[in-house]
Amino acid sequence: MAKAKYRPEFIVQRDDEKCIRCQVCVRMCSNDVHAYYPDTVISDSFKCVGCHFCEDLCPTGAIAIRRSEPHIKENYHWSGTDVYNIIKQADTGGVLLTGMGCDRPYKDYFGHIVLNASQVTNPSIDPLREPMELRTFIGGKPEVVIIGKSSEPELRTQIPPQLELETPIMFSAMSYGSISLNACKSLAKAACDFGTCWNTGEGGLHRDLSPYAHRAIVQVASGRFGVNKEYLDAGCAVEIKIGQGAKPGIGGHLPGEKVPEEVSRTRMIPEGTDALSPAPHHDIYSIEDLKQLIFALKEATRYEKPVGVKIAAVHNVAPIASGIVRAGADFVVIDGIRGGTGAAPTLIRNNVGIPIELAIAVVDSRLREEGIRNRASIIAAGGFRSSADVVKAIALGADAVYIGTAALIALGCHLCQRCYTGKCNWGIATQDPYLTKRLNPEIGARRAYNLLRAWSLEIKEMLGGMGINAIESLRGNREQLRGVGLNEVELELLGIKHAGEAW
Amino acid sequence: MRKPKRIIIREEYCMGCRLCEVYCITQHSKSKDIIKAYRGEEPRPVSGIYFEEKGFVSFALQCRHCDDAPCLEACITGAMYRDESTGMVLHDRERCVGCWMCIMACPYGVVKPDFGERKVASKCDLCIEAEFPACVEHCPNEAIVLVDEEGERIYKEAV
Repeated sequence: MAKAKYRPEFIVQRDDEKCIRCQVCVRMCSNDVHAYYPDTVISDSFKCVGCHFCEDLCPTGAIAIRRSEPHIKENYHWSGTDVYNIIKQADTGGVLLTGMGCDRPYKDYFGHIVLNASQVTNPSIDPLREPMELRTFIGGKPEVVIIGKSSEPELRTQIPPQLELETPIMFSAMSYGSISLNACKSLAKAACDFGTCWNTGEGGLHRDLSPYAHRAIVQVASGRFGVNKEYLDAGCAVEIKIGQGAKPGIGGHLPGEKVPEEVSRTRMIPEGTDALSPAPHHDIYSIEDLKQLIFALKEATRYEKPVGVKIAAVHNVAPIASGIVRAGADFVVIDGIRGGTGAAPTLIRNNVGIPIELAIAVVDSRLREEGIRNRASIIAAGGFRSSADVVKAIALGADAVYIGTAALIALGCHLCQRCYTGKCNWGIATQDPYLTKRLNPEIGARRAYNLLRAWSLEIKEMLGGMGINAIESLRGNREQLRGVGLNEVELELLGIKHAGEAW
Repeated sequence: MRKPKRIIIREEYCMGCRLCEVYCITQHSKSKDIIKAYRGEEPRPVSGIYFEEKGFVSFALQCRHCDDAPCLEACITGAMYRDESTGMVLHDRERCVGCWMCIMACPYGVVKPDFGERKVASKCDLCIEAEFPACVEHCPNEAIVLVDEEGERIYKEAV
C-alpha cells in the first residue's frame, strides 16, 4: 500500500516583508523548523509543535503559527486526530504519548457554577479598606477545644502539625527531572517569597533547592527516588503519592537519556539508568498498608510534620479518601482528570479519572457525613485556570488547591503538550543545557509570584462581594454556589442548588 | 573620575538568540526602525556587541568602559576619549582615521571595524542617545543587565 503521509498540525506563516533575516527563529527552535539559506529563511511546518517560541521572540512579528485546516473529509465520528493517530500507530505499533492535562471536551463544571454576592440584606466588604484573611492551615484539626480549669486562660488542646499558607494556592508536584532545575527554582522561590508551598515531586531535593526546602512538600512516591532522612527532615510536609490525575493507575518512566549526573545524584540512581516508578507502591495493597507507611513517615519526622496522601480522582474517590483519613493522613490531595503530566499515554490521560469538581464535592460530603472532616485537609488539584476556579473549589469543600499547569504557563509554557520529548523551547520540561538556560529563575520566580499575588487579590475581591472576610468562612460554604445548566444528579453530587433557588 | 554605568553579562542565562545585536543595530540606525534599518538602510550600522558561543555557553559582550582603557592609550587622534561626566569611553567617528589600533589594543575584542561610510572603528556607546541600552532592554531572558557605579541594578522603568 502507499504509505500515508502525515499532515502538519500547524502552518508556519512568515511575512516576508517583515522578515529581516536576523535568524533568531533559526537559532532558537529546538525542533529545527526554521533554516537559513542565503538570504531566505525556510520553515518546515511538519516539524512545528506549536509552542510559539519563535513567534514570541521574532523582533518584527513576521512569524505566525496557525493551526492547519482539517485535512480529511469532515466526519462527525472520525476526527482528523483519530485518523492520524491510527495511521501513526499502524506505522509504529507503539503507545501514543502526550504531555500536560486532558484536553477533551468533558463538561466543565466550574463553568456551570456561579458565585453569590451580597445585596441590601447583608453588607459586602471592600478588601482595599478592610482586612481580608486568606491564611490557610493545612493539617488535621482537633475534635474539641480543651481549656484549662485554672483561673489563668490556658489552651490544653493538642493541635496536630500544620502548614501555614498565606494563600490557599500551592504549586503542585513537578519533579526535578520532569522539569528543569531553573523551573523548580522559579516555583520554589515564588512559593517562599509569597508564603505558600511548592512540591518536590518524585525527584528528590536538588542541593540548589535546599534554601527553599522549608516551604517544600517532599513527595514519597512508588519509586522512592531521592528519599532519605535528610530529605524528609528538610521539607515542611510529606506527601505520599499514590496516583496522579493525568494518569491514574500508571507509573512513571524517566528514560535513561534524561538521567544526567545531577538528576542521578538527586534521585540517587546510577547515571544513565531508567528511573522507573511502579504503578502501585509494592508495599501498599490496602488502607492498612498505607497506614503503616503514613506512620513510618510520621515516626521518621517525629510527628512534627503533616503527612498526606495524593490520589487521582477516580470513581471510588470518596470511600478511598475516607480510608486515607482514617489511616491517619493529615491531608488528602485529590487530582482530577484535567491534571497535567510530563508524559502519559494519550488515551489514559484523556479517558481515565473524573472531573475534580465532582471529586471535591463527594469527598467533602463523605468526610462530613462520617464526622471525620476535621481530621484532614483536602487539597484539590487538576486544571485550575483562574482565581474563580479556586474560589469555587474552596466553596465546594477544598482547603487549598495545587496549581501546576497555570504555574508553568506563568513561566512561559504555551501548552504544546510535547513535554515528553525533552525539547521544550521554553526551558521548562527539558534537561538539555541549551534549553534550560532559557528560563531565568529570577524572571520565573517574579512571574510565578505575580500570579499568586494576582489570584489572591481576585479571591479577596470575590470574598468581599460575598460579604465574607476570611477564606475559612467560604470553605465548604456551598450556599454561595449555584449551578447553571446542570441536571439533578449533578446538582446533588455537587451539593449545590440551581441558579434561581433562594437560600 | 566617575565610574560609568556598566552592562553585566550573565552567560548562564544567555540563550544565544542574538536579539541584542538586532536591537543594537536598530538603535544605531538612522531611522531607528527595525525593518527599515535591516531592509532599507545602507550601510547598516555595526553592532556594538561581540557575541561568543561555544557549545551551550554563549554570551553577548559589549565595551567594558575600562577604568584603564588600553584603547585610549592606543588612539593616535584622540577619537577615543573618556567622557569625564559619565566615565564612559566614547568614540568620535569624525576624528577617527581608521588606524584600528584600538581594535588591536582592546583586550576584550569589543571594538569592531566599520567599513560603512568610511573606514572607522565602532563600539558600544551604552545607547547614549536613548538613555537606556537597547540590548539590555530587549534581552528576553535578562542575561545582560545594567548596573550603576555601585553595582546596583538599574531597571528601564527607573530611567
